[in-house]
Amino acid sequence: MTSQNESALADLAAIRANYSLTDEQRQIVDHVDRVSREVLHPLQARMDEEEWWPDDLFKQMGELGLLGITAPEEFGGSGQNEFTQALVSEVISKWNPAVGLSHGAHDNLCLNNLLRNGSEEQVKKYVPGLCAGDLVGALGLTEPGAGSDALGSMATTARRDGDDYIINGSKIYITNGPIADVVLLYAKTDKSKGAKGISAFIIETDNPGFKVAQKLDKMGFRGSPTGELLFEDCRVPASAMLGAENSGVSVVMSGLDLERAMVASVCVGMADRALELGLEYAKIREQFGKPIASFQMMQSKLAEIYTEVETARAFSYRALAACVGLPKGAGGRGEIHKLTAAACLYAGEAFNKAVTEACHIHGGSGYMQDTEINRLFRANKLLEIGAGTSEVRKIIIAEELLRA
Amino acid sequence: MNKQLRNDVSLPTHFMSDEQQALADQAGKFFMSEFHHMNAEMDDTDDLPPSVFPTLGKMGYLGLNVPPEFGGAGLDFTSACIITEELSRSSAAIGLTHVAHDNLCVNNIYRNANDDLRRKYLPGLCDGTLIGALGLTEPGAGSDALGSMRTTAKKDGDDYILNGAKIYITNGPIADLVLVYAKTSPEMGAKGISAFIVETETPGFKVAQKLNKMGFRGSPTGELVFEDCRVPAKNMVGKLDGGVAVTMSGLDLERAIVCFNALGIAQRALDISIDYAKTRQQFGKPIASFQMVQAMLADMYTRIEAARSLSLKTVAMCEGLEEGEGGRGEIHKLTAAAIFKAAEVTSFVLDKAVQIHGGSGYMRDTEVNRLYRTGRVLEVGAGTQEVRKLIIAGELLGD
Repeated sequence: MTSQNESALADLAAIRANYSLTDEQRQIVDHVDRVSREVLHPLQARMDEEEWWPDDLFKQMGELGLLGITAPEEFGGSGQNEFTQALVSEVISKWNPAVGLSHGAHDNLCLNNLLRNGSEEQVKKYVPGLCAGDLVGALGLTEPGAGSDALGSMATTARRDGDDYIINGSKIYITNGPIADVVLLYAKTDKSKGAKGISAFIIETDNPGFKVAQKLDKMGFRGSPTGELLFEDCRVPASAMLGAENSGVSVVMSGLDLERAMVASVCVGMADRALELGLEYAKIREQFGKPIASFQMMQSKLAEIYTEVETARAFSYRALAACVGLPKGAGGRGEIHKLTAAACLYAGEAFNKAVTEACHIHGGSGYMQDTEINRLFRANKLLEIGAGTSEVRKIIIAEELLRA
Repeated sequence: MNKQLRNDVSLPTHFMSDEQQALADQAGKFFMSEFHHMNAEMDDTDDLPPSVFPTLGKMGYLGLNVPPEFGGAGLDFTSACIITEELSRSSAAIGLTHVAHDNLCVNNIYRNANDDLRRKYLPGLCDGTLIGALGLTEPGAGSDALGSMRTTAKKDGDDYILNGAKIYITNGPIADLVLVYAKTSPEMGAKGISAFIVETETPGFKVAQKLNKMGFRGSPTGELVFEDCRVPAKNMVGKLDGGVAVTMSGLDLERAIVCFNALGIAQRALDISIDYAKTRQQFGKPIASFQMVQAMLADMYTRIEAARSLSLKTVAMCEGLEEGEGGRGEIHKLTAAAIFKAAEVTSFVLDKAVQIHGGSGYMRDTEVNRLYRTGRVLEVGAGTQEVRKLIIAGELLGD
């Protein structure tokens, strides 16, 4: 072979590699896949039935290396980028969606946000515990009266009082809320400034002014504890503020872009599992004397599920790759804002379609609550609502398209 | 469009590289100024302006994947796909004619023919003096293209004698040479097919009719008839009875590149819909200010980018595919899924584009209506959506 041919082949290999995972990412995916299958998958049935979160699960995830994916190794993290964190999310969610959801809220929404926006002292104080699983993290943005209009309608306030802030208000639908040790909280420090008067705080939940008002009863993702949180004259030191005063909006919006890219991966993992379950069932289930997989109408569904999984995956990888190295405070506008909203919008719809068809392939058995496909089916809808509804995602995209 | 958002290029970007983006920008600008204004007349007359092939040849846009020693541009497959999207964005019909020539005919000849045939035909095909086509589909052989194929090639001395008909052949009415599939051993079914280069001046070759299409007008489509058409045996491409590998591997690449014909059309439809929504006023405001129109635009963008993501990944995975490889396994499944998605998305996008344009979008002489009329066939040609799903399911189920 001539050297010219060799260099041409190397160029082609580089083009392929540009759309592939790195060797390191593959190794991490393989590891997470194995432990999730062995450790997390068997927990599904009881978690769903009893809304049960195993007490030591975060500690166990810490020991398995599943926490602090983006945290530096000196703090007990894995030192990876957000793309790799999303791959971990994808695989955990495939084998146990409820754990995937709790993991994402802890590792991305709380821990990664803290890393990106916290001071050195704050990072040193909380990140090692969050990486080890000694501390459980959550994020508090949504309120009873503030859903899609999360910033404008936010009613939770933080009033300066000497060296402290006093927080009053409530937050709802907070993943990990009932078990969290640390909540990254958004509150209005200057109501007159609207969305520009929001600040972020780190709240320790043993604070006397903090209360879990209720644990909520979800249709799916059961086991991942979701709650309503109350703040009644909750006094925190000024040092609990994350980032500068009244700069919460950039923390939120930049965090939301990453969150949406991450949510896309959760959808991909679950859709991938829906495909596997649909395929397995179609091969084994016999009707009219043949496996139902031999019928074209079933083949059509399987082919469409596969196409949705692969499309959503390719799109989410692209959005994630674009998030890597996103500067602190960037995001919340421009190309990345549009791209992550679109990847998330697409993945939510793709999972909806995939799980609906896979459940249909299962016939009557798919309607029974205690089957894995039914649990997966009940996980549908949340990710077309959380992290910005599909409608909010479309508003973001349209704004960016029309600005150009 | 899709500017690379991050600086760290040592990691996979899952985006086009800066060089690829520059190639797209350059080609897009040229095609827009050179071809876009031809669309209205091409649609009216259903004729391809004679200047198109020489222009493409002169500017180096023919023989995209053919090495320079045979007169081609020597580009990788991804670059060819990027150029295809830009060409289709400026003129869907020229994009179709180009892909039939350059991928189906020229690239297939380069990949599968011996050096004598390459040297004889490729330089002319690459400079625009020869126009190429590919003949697979027959009146009775659509989705079951191989099994139901009735065109035969019978050995006679140093020649083969071809008899049969091919239909829906892009460039058929204007081609100088056609890469034709015919049965050399009919008793062997799909395994008895061979490929031939047929010069259209050969006695026995006839364009039975030029067909009247709904869309892609200006890209001439025809029915071809072979009546005792005598072709030298040395014009066989690949091995005797080896046609199925040529077809199937070629079809995988065809499906991958046609994704970009679809993407170009869909992207153009989105671009002109955004313009229209910004300028069209109703109820005293631009219609872009209404949420229902915003939702349509957001859905169009999202699905185009989703299809683009899968398409880009798919063509990257086609890089370095060996001759005769493909037609099975992962790449077979992936290319079928990519074109399935790209075609579905394009139909969706075109439908919404006309909706946004309101009554004007229903008028034949608007750009959006011309685009709308192209959409349907992307779900039919290069394997119907159903054939694509059969391929995917077959691979998933391990047939």
